[in-house]
Amino acid sequence: MRIFDPHIHMTSRTTDDYQRMAAAGVRALVEPAFWLGQPRTGPGSFADYFDSLVGWEPFRAAQFGIRHHATIALNPKEANDPRCREALALVPRYLDKDSVVAVGEVGYDAMTPEEDEVFAAQLAMAVEYELPALVHTPHRDKARGVDRTLAVVEESGLAPERVVVDHLNEVTVAAVHDAGCWMGFSIYPDTKMSPDRMVDILRDHGLDRILVNSAADWGRSDPLLTLRTGEAMLAAGFTADDVDKVLWRNPVEFYGQSGRLDLTESAATAATFEGSSILRGGS
Amino acid sequence: MDLHNPWLDAGVARVAADPAAITRLFAAAARHCGRADLPDPPGWTADQAARARLLLALPATELPGRLDDLYRHGDATEKLAVLKALPLLPIGAAAVPLLHDAIRTNDTRLVAAALGPYARHLDQAAWRQAVLKCVFMGIPLAVVDGLTDRADPELAVMTAGLRDEREAAGRPFPDDARTLLDKIETEV
Repeated sequence: MRIFDPHIHMTSRTTDDYQRMAAAGVRALVEPAFWLGQPRTGPGSFADYFDSLVGWEPFRAAQFGIRHHATIALNPKEANDPRCREALALVPRYLDKDSVVAVGEVGYDAMTPEEDEVFAAQLAMAVEYELPALVHTPHRDKARGVDRTLAVVEESGLAPERVVVDHLNEVTVAAVHDAGCWMGFSIYPDTKMSPDRMVDILRDHGLDRILVNSAADWGRSDPLLTLRTGEAMLAAGFTADDVDKVLWRNPVEFYGQSGRLDLTESAATAATFEGSSILRGGS
Repeated sequence: MDLHNPWLDAGVARVAADPAAITRLFAAAARHCGRADLPDPPGWTADQAARARLLLALPATELPGRLDDLYRHGDATEKLAVLKALPLLPIGAAAVPLLHDAIRTNDTRLVAAALGPYARHLDQAAWRQAVLKCVFMGIPLAVVDGLTDRADPELAVMTAGLRDEREAAGRPFPDDARTLLDKIETEV
């Protein structure tokens, strides 16, 4: 099983996790910019984080033959903090980087006027930089948040097939399906979605325009839940080709719209000399 | 750098006329010029050669500030391209802080690139630490420009210390570092 995790916060994971993911079949991933568990206090903190997403994390991933791409944005939670607002001005510069394949995570957290403004501004950047957009949906008041999200996306002029609306569930999937956007699902041990519930959604809505991710962030999460979802699909009677479509070809198709997805095998080891510091356990 | 294509030639002309244009052109260079290894000069890729041409097109007064900005806000391949271009640029020792930054990272590509010919501007203490870091990280010492000329007894003491630690732990110690140690100790 080859796996492309289209949304995983590797910054919060140990290097051992990269090793386990590679062993489980993960060959590529996209790490969206979001918060860091602890709120940031200014734009400098964002610059360091964005640098890491286009520098250190791809290097760390390459040690295990995993291709690492990123999405860049000022996230909706911190769009509300005036100390962090200047980070919005940093975003365009990072949208020019080779490994940045979308604008994201944008969207709503608490649906404030500040979030409205930052969301719209960053969708306009997606249009300008010809990139897809990864849209986070709120965990509270989700159904209305999704409706409002879809209205803002429509107004932005960004084509729906260039937008993934993420963290969906049984209640919110239909509206996104009907809007023509891609549907993202985060599989978690307890919250959001489980592998078995994901299989039911695939049965009801088909395999097109669906992205399955582990998100794997600072909460209780598991970077191998993409694999577990593939296994649950097979157990439920889906074919190996169906699994490959959902866990590999769909994310390749979605992020491929950036024109920047680089999945060449040889590059996987280009970042290492014989026995790199990480594999050797160096500091 | 004799890499030419229409995108790059136009970019070089633009940078000469409008230095601020280098920011976006530098980031986009690999998408337009590729990333393949070049036969000449050896050890260079197409994007590195393209980025070096863009840097060489900057007016001298703009170069130090732009160079620093492109490195600080660059992804790993842009940082690498800046480091590789340093010996070709008319900047004297002004870019030494960038070498210190690269040597602080744990990205083997950046550490190796920081030890090219421009490392002659590093003071001896920083240079020794960087060479030892190569041994520690498993970077081949062949990347270090002028290694045997610059190696001194203090580097031998430091390298021997690492060798003793590795041997005590039953862990391997690189052959090229052993060769270096033999050479310094023979000369002293």
